[in-house]
Order: sequence, then C-alpha cells, then structure tokens
Amino acid sequence: MTTLIDLSLLEAVESLRGGDVSSVELTQACLERMEALEPKVCAFLEQTPELALQQARAADQKLTTWRKQGGDPPPIMLGIPIAVKDVLCMQDIPTTCGSKILEGFRPPYTATSVQRLLDDGVVVLGKTNTDEFAMGSSTENSAYGPTHNPWDLERVPGGSSGGSAAAVAARMCYAALGSDTGGSIRQPASFCGVTGLKTSYGRVSRYGLIAYGSSLDTVGGLARSAADFLPLFTAMAGYDPLDSTCMPVEVPEISLEDINLKGLRIGVPKEYFIEGIQPEVEEKVRAAVDLFKELGVTVREISLPHTDLALPVYYLIAPAEASANLARYDAVRFGPRLESDELLEQYLATRGAYFGSEVKRRIMLGTYALSAGYYDAYYGQAQKVRTLIKGDFEAAFESVDLIACPVAPTTAFRIGEHGDDPLSMYLEDVFTLPANLAGVPGLAFNVGFDSKGMPIGMQLKAPHLNEPSLFHAAHAYQQATSWHEEKPPL
Amino acid sequence: MAITIEEVRHIAALARLRLTPAEEKRYSEQLSAILDYAARLKEVDTADIPPTATVLPLQAPLREDAARPGPSREGIMQNAPSQEEGMFRVPPVFDAEE
Repeated sequence: MTTLIDLSLLEAVESLRGGDVSSVELTQACLERMEALEPKVCAFLEQTPELALQQARAADQKLTTWRKQGGDPPPIMLGIPIAVKDVLCMQDIPTTCGSKILEGFRPPYTATSVQRLLDDGVVVLGKTNTDEFAMGSSTENSAYGPTHNPWDLERVPGGSSGGSAAAVAARMCYAALGSDTGGSIRQPASFCGVTGLKTSYGRVSRYGLIAYGSSLDTVGGLARSAADFLPLFTAMAGYDPLDSTCMPVEVPEISLEDINLKGLRIGVPKEYFIEGIQPEVEEKVRAAVDLFKELGVTVREISLPHTDLALPVYYLIAPAEASANLARYDAVRFGPRLESDELLEQYLATRGAYFGSEVKRRIMLGTYALSAGYYDAYYGQAQKVRTLIKGDFEAAFESVDLIACPVAPTTAFRIGEHGDDPLSMYLEDVFTLPANLAGVPGLAFNVGFDSKGMPIGMQLKAPHLNEPSLFHAAHAYQQATSWHEEKPPL
Repeated sequence: MAITIEEVRHIAALARLRLTPAEEKRYSEQLSAILDYAARLKEVDTADIPPTATVLPLQAPLREDAARPGPSREGIMQNAPSQEEGMFRVPPVFDAEE
C-alpha cells in the first residue's frame, strides 16, 4: 500500500481532485512524518502546523465546492503541503535566514514567489534550514545547527537550501522552495537525490527574498521529479512590478505530454570532468548522457574555456554584493541589539556578535574587494571575467540546446569534513557557480548512487529563459528511469 | 598576497564588525589564502572586455506610479529592538555640544 507521503505531488493533486483524500489528510500525514523524523533530520527552523491545517481546511472547502458545482479546475497547487526556505519572507512567520542577527524577526510582508503559491491555495508546513544568509554549501553554517542528509544522517544535505532538500527527500513535504545564488538549490538536490530547479535570473521575482548577492540570487525549488516541480514554477514565474530585475516577458506554457527528444542537441563540457572528481560521479553522469542518446538526443563534447575562473570570480562578486546587502543589519529596525550609548559602538558590537563566522568572512572579503585601491584589481576585474564566462555559454548555445554536466565533484560529504577551511568548501561549488554568473537556468536530478549509497546528481543548463527545455529533457529522463523514485532508508 | 592583522582591522572597521583577536588572526590567514587563489584573475587579459554588472538584456522596466498598500506600521514596528512613541530609538548620532 502506498502511504500518503509516498504519493508524488501530481498523484496527490489527482487524489485531491478525485475526492479520494483531503488536504487535511495530506497535511496531517506530512506533519506526522515531520514529528517522527525532525529530531534526526533537522530540516526545519520553524514549523507552522496550525497555519498549515487552517490552509488545508480552506483548500478542502474549495475542492468540495468545485467537485459539487464543477467549472474550471482549481489551481494545481491547491491543498498541496510544501515547505519554504527561511530566506523567503512570509508575513508574521518568524524568518531568520539561519542567522542570530534576525532572531525573532517577523516580516511585515510576504515574498511574491510565496504569495503566488498562497494565492493558489498551497499549504505551508514551515520554514526550512539554510546556511546563514544562504552562504554555504552544507547547511552547517546555520546558526541553529546543521541539517542531516536523509540518506546518511552523518552527512550533510548540501546547501544552502539543505533544509528544503532534506525535507523533500525525507518525504515530509511534496515540494519545497529554495534560492540559488551559486548552486544552493542544485547542489543540495544532488546530495539528497531530489530534483531542483535554479530559474533564469529575472524569471521569478526576488521581492521578499532576503538579499545575498543581488546580481546572482534566484528563487526556485525542489521536488521529487521535474514533473512535480513544474506547477510550482508555473505559479511563481513571471513579471512582478515589485522587483525591477524581474523580466516583463511572458512565461511559456510548459506541457510534458508526448515529449520527444529527437533532434535535441546536448553538449558535454570537457572542463567539467576534471582531476579530483569522484570517479563514480563521472561514471553515472556519463551513463545518464548515454541514456539521453538512446532517447534520440545528439550529444557532442563542447568547451567552456573560462570555467576554472568562475570560482574566483564568484567569490569576489558575491561577497562584494553581500557586504553591501548586509549593511542593513544595523540593530535599528529589526533583530537583537547589544545596547550602547554610542551608535558606532552599537553597530560594531551587534554585528560582531550576531553574524556567524562565514558571513563575517564574506563581508570582510567583499569589503576588501570594494575598498579604495583594490576595487579595479578585484571587483572590477572579476566583473570583466564574468563577461567571458557568460560569453562561453552564449557561444556554446549557438551549437547545442542544453549543457549536461555533474552538479558537484563529489557526493555528500561528512558533517565537519571541511572543518574551518573555507577554500576547500568553496571548491564544492565549482560546477554550479557558472550558471549564476551567466544568469542561465539549471536543473539538477538524481542519476544514480555511489558505492556508499549516496545520490549522484546531473545538471542540465539551458539558455536564459529556456526553462521549458530543462523540464522536457529531465521529464523524459525520469520517465525512462526510476532513480527519482528511490526513497532514503529512514 | 598576505593580508596583515592591521589590514584586517581596517576592513573590519569599514564593515562595522568587531572581531576578537582570534578572529583577526584567522581572517588574516583565510583572506590571504582566498585572495591568493583569486590572483589568477589578474593574468586574464581583459583589456577590451566590458564588465558585467547584470545579465539582464533590458533596461529596468518602469511601472505605473500608483499607490498600493504597503506593510503596516505595526507590522514594521513590531520588529524594532527599541522604540519610543512609535519611532525607532537609537543612541544620539550627533554630540549635543556641536
């Protein structure tokens, strides 16, 4: 017997519409799963069971009315329980970004991405754990403790959307929202064996997303399959007058029926199969590429020659933007305050005490890169090299439709493995950063497991605003395989 | 490229961060290592390359200048660490003698 938590999101939608199950029942099943597993997984920073049940009851009313009276079908997401990464504001729900400097903060407004799903009648189970201000690749930088990987509780779930990825993998929710500034959706999706979409820059409103690196930040999320995530993407995407970087362009309707990949061209960049990559990762990703060939895809090797420069470029640009964005934490309008008679002293003491060590490190790095005498050599040069990296993608997409590569060089590592060595942790992001620098969308999904039973992810990247081809290709792969249906042994 | 303790203190002051002596030492080592790694960017010839500040192909779009409901005053003020008469309370910014 399939239990409610084992239904796919789309199966849950069908069951709701057919009246076989209620939203309250789905929600209770998720809440019970959370109660049983949260002590081990620690995916949530804030659980909102009362709100969730209230939303579920409202959804059930709408569904009952629709079943009786007929008419247009309700929004797909009506009554579906999801989780929201704690970097997205929800009015009056505590939002900390995994930081002590936002402890107790209750946003006075809701992020557009979340609001659009709420308008469709989604059920929110809670806010998920994240590296502080989304700065990290393991969720170990959360001020509230790490999240544990459902496939092996001694290992990290990836980051920074590690709470969302773990919650989806552990089947505590049917989907979860995340943010991706340098790989923060794709890498945890890979580490937890789920499907994660980083949207094109400008595709989904950033209004209400607490800012980290504003030219790189994107909102997206995770589910068990590409097909399951599609209705969330459709609900969230599209122009928002409250975000001037959200593009006023139409979002194409994406259909996953009768997908045929014949004639699709996939490029495999040679720079992504470097020394140091875990052999099983390369093996499984190449096997997935071979399966695409069987599905009718034309595969060729391509070159993205500036790939090795993405890491230093990112780790100058993102901290520079972060150092400006995080200037707002001044203990005047929100957050805890270390009181002083002098304003400067109050700033120094509060920020020194309540920012965590990775956040302070990036603020310092960014402040340095922007400071007098170093701006041209670091930040300015990084912006110019960013142009070259973006150009690599533009050139590649003249001859291929998608790029396929690993998500990360390794599978999930052990909690504490990288110790206090920031550079070795940054190297985890080497395959995900380029998409953020170029602004292109990327989708990560499970293509197998290593000998320790940890999931291995493949990443597809598409030209800017070309999310449809990502969904088509990943869906075709997931119809031909069953890796995405594997369940962690919890 | 070594970042000295003095430079760390200077950056921390610019960034409004109070660091402990242990943090100063650690950041001096770690920032030096990260900047050493980033030094490879200097070898890239970017003489004719324009900088990329945003990947967006468009100018920022204009929206209608219309009034719309914003967050409530209560919603905003509930987060104030210290307030007085509905305003954020902060230590004096200017010396009363000046």
